[in-house]
Amino acid sequence: MQNRQAMRTRKWNQWRDRLFSLLGLSVTTLGVVVLLALLVDVFMDGFARLDFDFLTHFPSRRPERAGIYAAWVGTLWIAVLTAAMAFPIGVAAATYLEEYARKNWLTDLIEINIANLAGVPSIIYGLLGLGIFVRWMDLERSILAGGMTLALLVLPIVILSSRESLRTVPSSIREASYALGASKWQTIRNQVLPAAMPGILTGAILAISRALGETAPLITIGALTYVAFLPKNPIGSEFPFFNLDGLMDPFSVLPIQIFNWVSRPQKGFAINAAAAIIVLLFITFVMNGIAVYLRHRSQKKVRW
Amino acid sequence: MTKPRQWIERTIEVGLFLSALLSVLVTLGIVGVLLFETVGFFKTVPLLDFLTDTEWTPLFSEKHYGILPLFSGTFLTTSIAMAVALPVGLISAIYLSEYASRRVRTILKPILEILAAIPTVVYGYFALIFVTPLLQKVIPGLSGFNALSPGIVMGIMIVPIVSSLSEDAMHAVPAGLKEGGYALGSTRLQVATQVVLPAAFSGVVSSFILGISRAVGETMIVAIAAGLQPRLTLNPLVPIETVTAYIVQVSMGDTPTGTIEYQTIFAAGMSLFLLTFVLNIVSYLLRKRFREVYD
Repeated sequence: MQNRQAMRTRKWNQWRDRLFSLLGLSVTTLGVVVLLALLVDVFMDGFARLDFDFLTHFPSRRPERAGIYAAWVGTLWIAVLTAAMAFPIGVAAATYLEEYARKNWLTDLIEINIANLAGVPSIIYGLLGLGIFVRWMDLERSILAGGMTLALLVLPIVILSSRESLRTVPSSIREASYALGASKWQTIRNQVLPAAMPGILTGAILAISRALGETAPLITIGALTYVAFLPKNPIGSEFPFFNLDGLMDPFSVLPIQIFNWVSRPQKGFAINAAAAIIVLLFITFVMNGIAVYLRHRSQKKVRW
Repeated sequence: MTKPRQWIERTIEVGLFLSALLSVLVTLGIVGVLLFETVGFFKTVPLLDFLTDTEWTPLFSEKHYGILPLFSGTFLTTSIAMAVALPVGLISAIYLSEYASRRVRTILKPILEILAAIPTVVYGYFALIFVTPLLQKVIPGLSGFNALSPGIVMGIMIVPIVSSLSEDAMHAVPAGLKEGGYALGSTRLQVATQVVLPAAFSGVVSSFILGISRAVGETMIVAIAAGLQPRLTLNPLVPIETVTAYIVQVSMGDTPTGTIEYQTIFAAGMSLFLLTFVLNIVSYLLRKRFREVYD
């Protein structure tokens, strides 16, 4: 009698187990379904609109003549600027925290502070940029102000991922270097950083890719939605072959152009938005692809 | 070591330290900027009005400065998002960590991560152009701008955060505990709900809180699809406005420095910062706890 009861409970438990397996699979696949729906929707709306003219025209009041020239050039500028600022500072901060920092209250404070910064809403960084870069430092609505704002935004992400990567370098590597008479910095520069570099780069590329998708902070600092010119070309034909005047020009970026088009009632602009989204997603996926490839390759190559 | 070498070493250490210290300056900068403008704001608007007035109309001629309608908008979209992200994220995490075969895992996990990499303005487009019309077929009274559609889409966006952090926490549960459960004849579901989940509890809760913090701070999805109309309501079918969307709305216009309109976005930002700050710190401490227990 009791045995049968136990058998029944067991059957019931196994049945629930299998049911959950099914539920788990379908719920987890829900994400895939939504992703597919999103991609199909955007492609059906926008793919036909995508042509060479769309990439080389400035925005216009007439949707069929408008393009994303200023937007993608602005995105390119922002990418370079953000990387140029966030990467060295982020890696330096991570190196300090992993290799030098002693366990004391200041280190604890810096760590908890970085963890919090990584979770601060991006629009708050926009207010920071507006208050400090745009108004206080008087940089106006320039590319420089935008790049600095986004650099601060992704800095915590770069630091966190770089630390993660530095942590995977075994201490035997450092000890071997010290044993050969290398100093602390020589060890870090010649052994630790190169060993950790693929992981650091992976994190940095993901961070930049995140910056390129950001809209809110750049709207807050006053990036324009209608830009019918390009920033001054940084590459010149005369010595010294480059100039940075473009840094002070107003700008737009792809996400802001998309936002502007989505907000308009005419159907033509929604189509433009979809086409611009395809370009933005292409950039995002390519950067994520490179990051994944780097991580994959480094995992295969080095085994300590 | 030679003298110049020592000097170089020292300089580099100081340089690296200053880079690390910059992050503290960023926080100080945020607090400073928000505080400075917020103080100016509260010189005009009494704190009590800000917290209790039920209307938010700084851009109209008859001005009211009650933050409640914006908070109700944020609360509404965040609740809807978490109603999606919580169950979906948790079930996905249990499935991926306890059920899925290696092959299924290596396919599904990266796809979930892609969801987190998509720019939020794209989700905004998706909510407005695809999800809202779809929902309108099922819910006839649904307005073209509403809290429901961006809330759901935001939830989907947050799923990878909840699921991947929860999974990490479940992964950190020692295999011995699970094997003990299996040795007693438990099914995978019993081990997951009665051994793994309680042991990973603080990590799972931490992922939820981080998800809430993300939803509270999310801007573009709600700015595009929720309507930019501050309204003290919990009805998910009508246009509303969140704290974040208000900041975007004002920034789109040309608001001169020093005016009360300009200061409102900093006051709104201050409220937002304080809210997410508490959530982030609680989440951080919980995460730290589960690491300490099992590392």
